[in-house]
Amino acid sequence: MLNEEDRRITGTFSVNGRSRSWSFSPEATLLHVLRDHGHTEVKNGCEEGECGACLVLLDGKPVPSCQVFAATARDREITTVRALGTIHAPHPIQEAFVEVGAVQCGFCTPGIVLATAALLRENPNPSDEDIIHALDGQKCRCTGYVKIIEAVRLAARRGRHE
Amino acid sequence: MTPTGNVLGSTPRRADAWEKVSGRAEYVDDLSIPGLWFGGTLRSAVPRGRLRGISRRESFDWSRVVVVTASDLPGPNEVAMVRSDHPILAADAVNFVGQPLALVAAPDRQTLAAALGALVPDVEEAPAVLTLEEAQEGRTVIWGADNVLAAYVLGDEEDAVAEAFSRADRIVEGTYTTGYQEHLYLEPQGMVALPREDGGVEVTGSLQCPYYVHRALQRALGLEDHRIAVRQAVTGGGFGGKEDYPSVLAIHAALLARASGRPVKMVLGRNEDLRFSTKRHPSVVRHRTGVRSDGTLCAAEVDVLFDGGAYTTMSPVVLSRGALHALGAYRVPRARVTARALATNTPPNGAFRGFGAPQTIFAVERHMDLIARELGISPLEVRRRNLLRRGDRLPCGQILTEEPGASLVLERAQALAKYETRHGTLRKEGRGLGLSLFIHGGGFTGSGEEKIDGRVAVEIGAGGRVEILASSTEMGQGAATVLPQIGAQALGLPLDRIFHPAPATDRVPDSGPTVASRTVMVVGRILVGACEDLAAKVARRLEEAAGLPEGSVTWREGTFRGPGFPEKSFEGVLDQWKDRLQGLRGEGRYAPFPDLHWDDDAYRGDAYKDYSWGANVVEVAVDPDRHTLTLCAVTAVVEIGRAVHPLLAEGQVAGGTLQALGYGGMEDLRIDDRGRYLQDRLSTYSIPTALDAPDLVVEIAEIPSPRGPFGAKGLGELPINGGAPALASAVEDATGVFISTIPITGERLFAHRRDGLSDEPS
Repeated sequence: MLNEEDRRITGTFSVNGRSRSWSFSPEATLLHVLRDHGHTEVKNGCEEGECGACLVLLDGKPVPSCQVFAATARDREITTVRALGTIHAPHPIQEAFVEVGAVQCGFCTPGIVLATAALLRENPNPSDEDIIHALDGQKCRCTGYVKIIEAVRLAARRGRHE
Repeated sequence: MTPTGNVLGSTPRRADAWEKVSGRAEYVDDLSIPGLWFGGTLRSAVPRGRLRGISRRESFDWSRVVVVTASDLPGPNEVAMVRSDHPILAADAVNFVGQPLALVAAPDRQTLAAALGALVPDVEEAPAVLTLEEAQEGRTVIWGADNVLAAYVLGDEEDAVAEAFSRADRIVEGTYTTGYQEHLYLEPQGMVALPREDGGVEVTGSLQCPYYVHRALQRALGLEDHRIAVRQAVTGGGFGGKEDYPSVLAIHAALLARASGRPVKMVLGRNEDLRFSTKRHPSVVRHRTGVRSDGTLCAAEVDVLFDGGAYTTMSPVVLSRGALHALGAYRVPRARVTARALATNTPPNGAFRGFGAPQTIFAVERHMDLIARELGISPLEVRRRNLLRRGDRLPCGQILTEEPGASLVLERAQALAKYETRHGTLRKEGRGLGLSLFIHGGGFTGSGEEKIDGRVAVEIGAGGRVEILASSTEMGQGAATVLPQIGAQALGLPLDRIFHPAPATDRVPDSGPTVASRTVMVVGRILVGACEDLAAKVARRLEEAAGLPEGSVTWREGTFRGPGFPEKSFEGVLDQWKDRLQGLRGEGRYAPFPDLHWDDDAYRGDAYKDYSWGANVVEVAVDPDRHTLTLCAVTAVVEIGRAVHPLLAEGQVAGGTLQALGYGGMEDLRIDDRGRYLQDRLSTYSIPTALDAPDLVVEIAEIPSPRGPFGAKGLGELPINGGAPALASAVEDATGVFISTIPITGERLFAHRRDGLSDEPS
């Protein structure tokens, strides 16, 4: 049997615009490889693709990173919530979430903010139904989704007026 | 109490907003700790038996890991909580599937998994008790002499109740059943323990109650107070689930850290968390009520049964609150409540938002609808005729001396949702409207707050910022924002001059646990006292500096005043004197209310310092073929004294209401014939998503209370009490079927329609 070190593979990833070269086990999910390399903004909520806390954008498309083998994400563009603004210049989506009170415990927030970014990029003028469907894979236990949906509406409105 | 600032009732940004929205907030699993090992648990596969031993497979290299069993414990084998019956690790008796038998720490996850797989427990199986019925029969006794973990009787004497029944025109009886509920905080349970050079231990984790964990560690490890520090990491939701269970996990992590001499992390995966962490107690509640033909209540007997699981955990306290809320928001001239929590060979149930009240409120609310149905009056009218008013007496003997919000919330909710005109008119469209009215007592029950004797300190720190030193934790509900608002209001400070960091037990006094809707109402009031103490101490400093005699500088209405002394605000003083005042500390301590009394032995008196009130109207659509429910619109009106931060308060109400609707409608959690949860993954245990969520209208009403800071009462738990019964009531309006059991799954609704009490044409 090969030992753990011998079985590791390497790969190059583009994470938030930076090229990173990492070695990892062939079974490792993108979630674990990202978290093991300091991207703890990608949260582990269930590891079965149900909660959305580990959402990242893979080539711009929202995917739960726990359902992606890291090996298949090699040489692709990965976006986490860290790409979205700074404390001095928060992204309008982040601003909207904070402003309307859509953040409570915060564990689901990075995934939901990213899901919102993906939605608004595809559809800058979403109906409430579009918003609800875009967020359906993102579970939140604190808010009842009311203020989250309000935040997405507000971000969309501001995005259109930019 | 001097209301000085204008911060209370405003809606500043959350203190933790940016770090959370940017992904920078560090939850326990995100902490980077050099030399970290990973801890795991070997668990029982049988529900009941005797642990004869644990053998170690020789093929595994045991030098790479550390193993801890019951025989390695440095102190008593108990997780200190309400009682000491809950072992840290099974020594002999095994009482539920999943009970910890041994602990392992390893340098990496693969080695940990291999080691856990190489431990082979030898358990001699014995007959198990898995249901409330079996526990009640008592043929197999698994706890004490009779499987009874806790029992209460409260209310009037039997004779007086019987006499009141004799005046009734009609007796209405009903039995109501509720299932398990999982908290499903998005962040699973997690704890990191670091061994200290002095033999002590430092634990950081996802937790609600730092001092609960602190005392459990102290007892288990036999360590002096100062050798333990418990710190709260950013906590991704609690809902009561991180009240008692973190003590178990912290002890386990600390044992492994001491055995290995390394930092050890134990973070549960979702599956492990769902299978073995605590749940809401399942219940069976029986009501027998004497009513007049006009719908007014004369007499009531209520019997409450809770399934506590294998060990005591918080069951006596949960049961107590359940019993005290058993007659809900209604005036009953003579009432008697009996309540028992029974042991079963299932994972211990524990604290969960609402703490026993959601079960008994479901029962009484459904029972009010049953009374309305039997008397042919509307659910709204039966509530109007019986709701609690000022001067009314609760079954525990408490007289409501303040104006209760019951009528206010009921009328407002029904008006917003147009209940009165729309109820009974929607069935042809496959829709229905349901109503609930509910109550929640703020703070600990009875003399609980007097026993906790909570402390809060405020300290002037570097740069003239005031730090709130309290053991209250931010878990999403907003404590790190609203406590500073209360402090800022008391001191007349702008909000950016005062903050409440995550607590650590080596830094903050014990303000009590972050539970029981007590953070604003109880801890906030202690905080105001600490602020007043700080202001008084600042006044003394000002006198000293000005060479004035003691008592010449006063603090009133946000201003320091004295003879020949320019008036100054607290902020002005801080700006001018911040270096000289640095380190000055005000202290606050819980002050009992002299007019409130509780007798623990008689279980009688003022059960809560004050009550908050809520009403829900739920509109539901029922699919006639699939028997599925769609939440259309929900109205939630609450009366909470005063909203410290209205936006956060609305968030609490919305979140709690949806959690309650999940409890009532879709969160189906059952056990198999080994006492294992059948729904142990997020793909099988469904919580509401954005697609399930209704249009939710939240309104906050305020009748300021003299019992909380600036009029504020408890809020956190209230919203979870009313969703399930309002949903069941709405399903009744839509279908004619009287629902007495939750969750209302499709299969259960189908069975109800086939067999149950129905006014559907058959």
